[in-house]
Amino acid sequence: MWRYVLMRIVATVPVMGVVAVFVFLMLRLAPGDPAAVIAGDYATAEDVARIREQLGLDQPIPVQFARWIGQLLQGDLGTSIFTNLPVTTLIAQRLEPTLLLSLTTITFAILVAVPLGTLAAWRAGSLLDRVVMLFSVAGFSVPVFVLGYIFIYVLAMWLGWLPVQGYKSPFVDGLVPFLQHITLPTLTLSVIFIALIARMTRAAVMEVLAEDYVRTARAKGQSELKVLVRHALRNAAVPIVTVIGLGIALLIGGVVVTESVYNIPGVGRLVLDAVLARDYPIIQGLILFFSFIYILINLVVDLLYTFLDPRIRY
Amino acid sequence: MTESPPAARSGPVLEIRDLTVSLPKGADRPFAIEGVSFTVARGEIVCVVGESGSGKSVTAFTVMGLVPRRELRPVRGEVRLLGRSILGLPEAELRRLRGERMAMIFQEPMTALNPVMRVGEQIAEVLEIHTDLGPRERRERVLAVMRDVRLPEPERLYHAYPHQLSGGQRQRVMIAMALVLDPALLIADEPTTALDVTTQAQILELIRDLQRRRGTGVMFITHDFGVVAEIADRVVVMQEGRVVEVGPAEEVLHRPRHPYTRMLIGAVPSLVPPERRGEDGPRERALLVRGLDKVYGRSGWFARGRVVHAAKSVTLTLHRGETLGLVGESGSGKTTVARCILRLVEASSGEILIDGVDLAKLRASALRPHRRHIQIVFQDPYRSLNPRRTVGQSIIEGPMNFGVPRAEALRRARELMRVVGLAPEALERYPHQFSGGQRQRICIARALAMEPKVLVADEPVSALDVSVQAQVLELLDEVRRRFGLAMLFITHDLRVAAQICHRVMVMWQGEVVEEGPTARVFRDPNHPYTQRLMAAAPGRGRLLHDRIGG
Repeated sequence: MWRYVLMRIVATVPVMGVVAVFVFLMLRLAPGDPAAVIAGDYATAEDVARIREQLGLDQPIPVQFARWIGQLLQGDLGTSIFTNLPVTTLIAQRLEPTLLLSLTTITFAILVAVPLGTLAAWRAGSLLDRVVMLFSVAGFSVPVFVLGYIFIYVLAMWLGWLPVQGYKSPFVDGLVPFLQHITLPTLTLSVIFIALIARMTRAAVMEVLAEDYVRTARAKGQSELKVLVRHALRNAAVPIVTVIGLGIALLIGGVVVTESVYNIPGVGRLVLDAVLARDYPIIQGLILFFSFIYILINLVVDLLYTFLDPRIRY
Repeated sequence: MTESPPAARSGPVLEIRDLTVSLPKGADRPFAIEGVSFTVARGEIVCVVGESGSGKSVTAFTVMGLVPRRELRPVRGEVRLLGRSILGLPEAELRRLRGERMAMIFQEPMTALNPVMRVGEQIAEVLEIHTDLGPRERRERVLAVMRDVRLPEPERLYHAYPHQLSGGQRQRVMIAMALVLDPALLIADEPTTALDVTTQAQILELIRDLQRRRGTGVMFITHDFGVVAEIADRVVVMQEGRVVEVGPAEEVLHRPRHPYTRMLIGAVPSLVPPERRGEDGPRERALLVRGLDKVYGRSGWFARGRVVHAAKSVTLTLHRGETLGLVGESGSGKTTVARCILRLVEASSGEILIDGVDLAKLRASALRPHRRHIQIVFQDPYRSLNPRRTVGQSIIEGPMNFGVPRAEALRRARELMRVVGLAPEALERYPHQFSGGQRQRICIARALAMEPKVLVADEPVSALDVSVQAQVLELLDEVRRRFGLAMLFITHDLRVAAQICHRVMVMWQGEVVEEGPTARVFRDPNHPYTQRLMAAAPGRGRLLHDRIGG
């Protein structure tokens, strides 16, 4: 078991390496001179040369790569062109709201979607099932920003239950303000994941409910609740966990939009600002950072498989 | 807790009277079962026998209350468990009875256990539902019942997952789970059908033994009169939802009154091979396999895992017009040998010679023209025809791949349909419009369309009802004679082998342990494994035609 865990962790190193190479090449292989692009339309030749030197673009490619990897291994993602702050610092500053928003979103989505999907599967074809499926289709189809504004309009402006925008840190401002401010973004962002996870849960549980061992459990005189939780859900866990893992990866896109809509100073906003400002070191750093998160989630999901299903051994 | 109410002591454990269960609208008949009545007494094994669609399983599941009530609704009659009417009981009441007073074991031990739960915990779950025992007492009870069903090393197996056990061990776990609370009624739904014969014999003996010691009433569902002969005290024969005959086992087995019962018993192939005269003489060799080896899995950097030697230097000769039986249990290597001969899997080493060409050495492109010489009929006719293509398309596809013009291929397909006993119009239809037996006929026609020299039949009748089984066997024998085919017949069923094979080879753990003319091997098996296999054949010596020959 531990041997497998170790092997999987070691196996992420080459993946990270490949990602690093791609991110590095992306900037260098982009058409035109990145330095000129960064400098903008009204820059002088000296400006461009200065930026090129600053980025190390005047060096041969292998040397640039070696230097870049060297910095990377020391945890240095470079320096922002416009703010002159280290990229790591910028990301770290913005990390808290994004992580907390992701956490509340995924937790809320799982808590709602898994029971909903299970019930829909249990009573497949019933009114409840059809309502869940209808919601699920609708949840997929409505864009995040539309939902966001609908929620703001109804819950914040019309009913006045919640603040319209902004972010309060639970560590600085306290838990209640935090919850008040995070509720709308969480609702907005979780709709699509509830739709996704509920659908997958329904399909997986329905399949399992047709299995012989579910019949065995009923033949033992087991109650329906325990048949569902202990026998059906546990066996359906692998596809559900897979889609949750995928969902967390997909969250990144949603976070960018949601943070803009609700004016939350998170990593998503940093992405937006960096792209608009063409701050290449930040974009590079963020791609690397998100790739790392992505690989980490994959690793966790893969490890979870072996805990959830004893038949899976690599 | 397991005490029966006094009133029930004398009466039957289970009493079914005039039970009628309706089928949903649009089914081929209004009732799944109609007017079914029989009883199961304490300490008695009642075998409910019938083919698929006879309603035997519906009866069992209705008793257990495990049928979807919307689809299969009991509309008439009564079911009494220990004297108490249970048909209309609310779900919660029924749940209390299930597992405690009545328990059930199923056909497929591979799928009837929860794959992500330790087997000990699955048995303990029954105690958790129905008793107030603490964890330690539960564990003690579970270990005791695991010893009772003769599971080896109960302490270790308690923590095992189902996939770590053999089929026989899993069925023992199922039995342990069913019997842990000493139910008055045990319903066994084809509990040995998915098992090997030697395992089947052990499980039947175990059920018999436990049932006698505990005085359990057993309702044993089976399609196999061999099993009936082994285990039944009384027999209930069902056909199309009705009981057609009830009686003591001796009576029904030896003096069956109803024609359907007679047909079912008659359809069980005899263990005594028929005399085969006038089929000898010099024959041309069709296939020679020499030193065939197959090793699955390998050790190395990326392929950790165990190495399985599935076939060990298998050598066989097959003549035109001859049927050679490859007999063995699951894991014996018989299917591996067949797949290697067809080159569906690559042999690790060895020669496969047809007309002096070694198929084992040919590259894929060079192999193609030779593929037509050797064709296969698979076990499951439900899954071996493409559901989206008409029968005709499936049959002519092969010949057309080898350049036969469409019109010519179709003409021949029509001819073949007549050969296999189907109307030529059937070519226009899709597989789902046919029964299992008809589909297997189609599969045979498909193989014959290639005009092969060698026909490999991989358990071709194992998925079929006994009455259909006999017809398909007859057809295979007929086409062999008519086209001078060399047939390699793979089966786990000794009865089938006895009837259709000229020679048999017995395989065990990848090796051929015995080979010879069928009559000799069945009369006088040499190898201890062959002897064990023969002894395990269900109903051996108990069915009349085993003594006089069929």
